[in-house]
Amino acid sequence: MIEVRNLKKTFVNGEIETPVLKGIDLKVADGEFIAIMGRSGAGKSTLLYQMSLLDEPTAGEILVDERYAHSMSESEKVQFRLSEFGYVFQDYALLPELTALENVALPLLMKGLGKMLSYHQARAALEKVGVGHRPNNLPSQLSGGEQQRVSIARAIAHNPKILFADEPTANLDNESSHAVLEIFRELHRKGQTIIMVTHEEEFATEAGKIVRIDDGRIVSVEADR
Amino acid sequence: MFPLNIRIGFFLAVRALRRASLWTTGLIIFVMVLTFLNLVVISGILVGLLQGAVDAVRTEYTSDVIVSTLSDKSYIENSPNIIAIAASLPDVEGLTARYAEASRLEAGYQTRKASDKPNIANAYVIGIDPREEDAVTGIAADIIEGEFLAPGDYDKIVLGNYLLDQYIPIDTPGLATLDNVGVGSKIRVHVGDVTREVTVKGILKSKVDEIALRAFMVDSQFRSIIGRNDGNVDEIAIKVEEGVDPRDVRDALLLRGVGEEAKVQTFEDAQPQAFKDIIATFNMLGAMFSSIGLVVASITIFIVIFVNALTRRKFIGILKGIGINGRAIEISYVFQSIFYAVIGSAVGLALVYGFLVPYFVANPIDFPFSDGILVAPLEQTFFRVGLLVTSTIIAGYIPAWMIIRKNTLDSILGRN
Repeated sequence: MIEVRNLKKTFVNGEIETPVLKGIDLKVADGEFIAIMGRSGAGKSTLLYQMSLLDEPTAGEILVDERYAHSMSESEKVQFRLSEFGYVFQDYALLPELTALENVALPLLMKGLGKMLSYHQARAALEKVGVGHRPNNLPSQLSGGEQQRVSIARAIAHNPKILFADEPTANLDNESSHAVLEIFRELHRKGQTIIMVTHEEEFATEAGKIVRIDDGRIVSVEADR
Repeated sequence: MFPLNIRIGFFLAVRALRRASLWTTGLIIFVMVLTFLNLVVISGILVGLLQGAVDAVRTEYTSDVIVSTLSDKSYIENSPNIIAIAASLPDVEGLTARYAEASRLEAGYQTRKASDKPNIANAYVIGIDPREEDAVTGIAADIIEGEFLAPGDYDKIVLGNYLLDQYIPIDTPGLATLDNVGVGSKIRVHVGDVTREVTVKGILKSKVDEIALRAFMVDSQFRSIIGRNDGNVDEIAIKVEEGVDPRDVRDALLLRGVGEEAKVQTFEDAQPQAFKDIIATFNMLGAMFSSIGLVVASITIFIVIFVNALTRRKFIGILKGIGINGRAIEISYVFQSIFYAVIGSAVGLALVYGFLVPYFVANPIDFPFSDGILVAPLEQTFFRVGLLVTSTIIAGYIPAWMIIRKNTLDSILGRN
């Protein structure tokens, strides 16, 4: 479903070039739950951003559903992110002036769904992650764990093909982290493809495959766990 | 796709505004109201200063249509016929016919020694029917001392305030005024070879020179002083019915051949060119001040939206990241700008038409040469509202566009 070939990413700041990804090859099949691990600065988040079309690689290829990412225009990528991908960020990334329900409904509205249907789907997604009882709360009125659940609801409400999660438990307490992981586990059980970046071994074990990165290269892949 | 972007833009804008700080929103709207007032009121007062003078001349002197002596004649020939024609027009509410003759007024002659400087003033003395004159121009209301003329008055005169020394605020070279004259004073009126002693019955105060520099007597007596018994007059001021265009009455008179024997002008035609030039100049000045105000408002909105978009750059990045079209985000800022401009203009409109215009009509600004009002024609005001909204939209769009075009991931991660 998604494949990266010899992926490289180098950051340039003036005359200083910092290679972060130095040739990554990776295949993710439909329905897989992959955890990308590595120490801080290893390049795991950068890899996630390239795969999720949020950033442009310096070299290499990304194929999503047999389409080359480099052949897509910016607006095509936006459309692709909207309809095919879902995102969960470390800091929840909810819009502060939108209620939980509105945050979840927004991508659905952008897809062209009617207001009634969007809100209906958004409500169902909130129920699914256990925050269906607080649809009208603003993010500031929710705990960190609840905000992350809303963020997950937003990511899955439109049934994306791939769910990208960047350190989804890093800002949460142990109880909330387990709750989030439980949601991921349940989603995966129902066939959701998940690519998650984490530095916590305990949570990585939930994934079916662990990809370890160090110094911009994949150093190990632990599959069929 | 575009309507969808508008829909999403509106969705985001409404929520951003609804949950924005009341203080911030209030401050921005306050700036917009001030800008609107700057756009409308500054030029409105400048033009109103002149408009007050124009209105006063129209009300107190020319009325709506003025028929006057041809430049090569000493009076309007065939006046009774012209008066009859004018009075018969259905759109004419009333008219007043005036005799006018250059005269010399003399005071203090009773006690003056041969070596003393004569106490004299030159003025046009106007013979009027007091009732008709007051019905058309209402100048009886301008009396500040004594009384206005009554139809049976004999040897009575009413003086304009600029003929009296005590009402001239400054010493004007070349303008002789009567000293030590008030209501009840006896003065002499010299018209040609005729001299008549009359009593000052009242004093008129007006900012219209044609009133303030004139003296008024009852026409029946004045006719005998100037020796004109054929009924020919020098001016006829015609008041038209409410809602009638004075040009229609002027044209009706010209159509009936009045133009061959007199000059027929509307109050606008009769305005001196200098007056029209000053109005045009003030309009230009008003436009200049307004333009500066518009630029200041645009910059204010630019800064507000820029700071807003900059502080929300991370969220803009997230929106783009989750697939919200950049155009929809831009439109949300445009909607916010429109909201500020429209609410600011609406409050401004309510202030101008609900308070300022009626206030200045009731309490004109006391300028030395006119009673200034606030001139704010609706079509010009709405044109300015349009200008304000347009410039605000542009000023709101540009900073939003600048922030939104930045790299999505850099925005999310707060990288420069």
